[in-house]
Amino acid sequence: MSMKPNFEEQIKAFVSVLAIFLLLMLVLFGGLFYFNNRKPKINFEEIPVEANKEDYDKVENGIHLATGFIDDEGMQATIQNCTACHSAKLVTQNRMSREGWKAAIVWMQETQNLWDLGVNEELILNYLSKNYAPTDKGRRQNLEVAEWYELN
Amino acid sequence: MAGILGTEVVFGHKMPQNYFPVGLQDPDPFKLFNKDKEMVVLNDKPWNMEAKAHLLNDDITPNKYMFIRNNGKIPENIDVSTWALTIDGESVKNPKTYTLDELKQRFTKHTYQLTLECGGNGRSEFNPPAKGNQWTVGAVSCAEWTGVRLRDVLEDVGINPDAVYIGYHAADTHLSGDPRKEPISRGVPIAKAMQNETLLAFSMNGEDIPLAHGFPLRLVCGGWPASTSGKWLTRISVRNKVHDGEKMGGSSYRVPCETVAPGTKVDDENMCIIESMPVKSLITFPKSGALIKNGQTLQINGHAWAGELEVSKMEYSIDFGSTWHNCSLKESSNRLAWQHFKASISFPKKGYYEVWARATDSQGQSQPMVLPSWNPKGYLNNACHRIAVKMV
Repeated sequence: MSMKPNFEEQIKAFVSVLAIFLLLMLVLFGGLFYFNNRKPKINFEEIPVEANKEDYDKVENGIHLATGFIDDEGMQATIQNCTACHSAKLVTQNRMSREGWKAAIVWMQETQNLWDLGVNEELILNYLSKNYAPTDKGRRQNLEVAEWYELN
Repeated sequence: MAGILGTEVVFGHKMPQNYFPVGLQDPDPFKLFNKDKEMVVLNDKPWNMEAKAHLLNDDITPNKYMFIRNNGKIPENIDVSTWALTIDGESVKNPKTYTLDELKQRFTKHTYQLTLECGGNGRSEFNPPAKGNQWTVGAVSCAEWTGVRLRDVLEDVGINPDAVYIGYHAADTHLSGDPRKEPISRGVPIAKAMQNETLLAFSMNGEDIPLAHGFPLRLVCGGWPASTSGKWLTRISVRNKVHDGEKMGGSSYRVPCETVAPGTKVDDENMCIIESMPVKSLITFPKSGALIKNGQTLQINGHAWAGELEVSKMEYSIDFGSTWHNCSLKESSNRLAWQHFKASISFPKKGYYEVWARATDSQGQSQPMVLPSWNPKGYLNNACHRIAVKMV
């Protein structure tokens, strides 16, 4: 007897449950979608970091700008192994023969906690002795004047 | 703190005692150390910076033109209220520790102008080149240091007659981060330690010693390689043998006992420790590259020093050393301070000239015109200073 109204009620109840369920799904997936795609604050900080990485690799006129090293085969290994403790400037201002660079490495290993360079040693020695080799300066060089100026 | 920063720290009294302001962590070394922009950075890890000749024109070198030579990392979290100096070693009767305040209150203060020159000043000219910071001419200064005599403190501690050497220990840290390693620990023979002018200094040019130069306490041994003047001093060991600290051996601050041909490999046992620095001078005015009008006289001035000795004669040449003329030379304000010279120069006609300067010490030793004896690490280059001048 009461089949019909009961069926209607059942449909109503089913529809409302379905509606609530859909709503919850919407909130849940919408929320998940939002949180997944929302740019966390840190991303904004990463942008300049990414830019710095590009800056860090920048080479101009054959010079690696961030370190001042001459861009050549073996430079990355040199940066990784030689600038952890001291400045790249300590390397780039010096000029030595292959034996001289080798002796400097051995001295640092014996007294300054430098690690074993492994397969990189050959690469680093080739790089340094090619790009930072001594030139004959004689007993006294000509004076170099950066800028002539009028003295009153 | 104001002394280190060179400015007042507003609300500084609210700063925790062992806190170092962010200003001191500034990556700009000129601001960080209050140095003039014309100073030249040779190395930023560790910090090494030198002056140019024309920046050193002051009679007493101000901080802004004073070279920095560091071997390790500058100490952090310096707390003046707890800073102490320990005197120990084989040759003290009993080790003793003094706080900074005790040193200042218990002993008589003395002030001296003291010439400090890096042993490697001029290294960049050696051929074949020598390893290390490539100093040109500017790793020298003469500031006014105030402190107590090391001698007075050693006598208060009581030292045994077998004392040979003193070695310093300090608060700077090794570049590798290894806490067991000292970046540098050098010293001087006991006779140098007992000189009147050898100070435990706590002020420079009337202010706290700047951080890069050893705040709050520095050993100052004028006339000797500046590496003997230990910064950030915490301990002095009175040794019954030559001090064997870091950078006392090998080729560090040592030269061949017997002169060698350029490029010779020298064994450690044939190397001798550098003591007094050699005679040297600098033309600090004018700056190299001056254009002067035909007929104009040129006034030059500068400083001359001779390690433990005095400079007895100062000369200049404008004809590449063919003829020499005397400069007027002042006496030093105290022993181990540099001396000031000046001269008035007339040039015969238009052209390119070099003004060369040559000092002679009280034992008759003069500066060489070309590079002196080659040595593996390129120390002690006292070749005459030269500036270029054109009469147009």
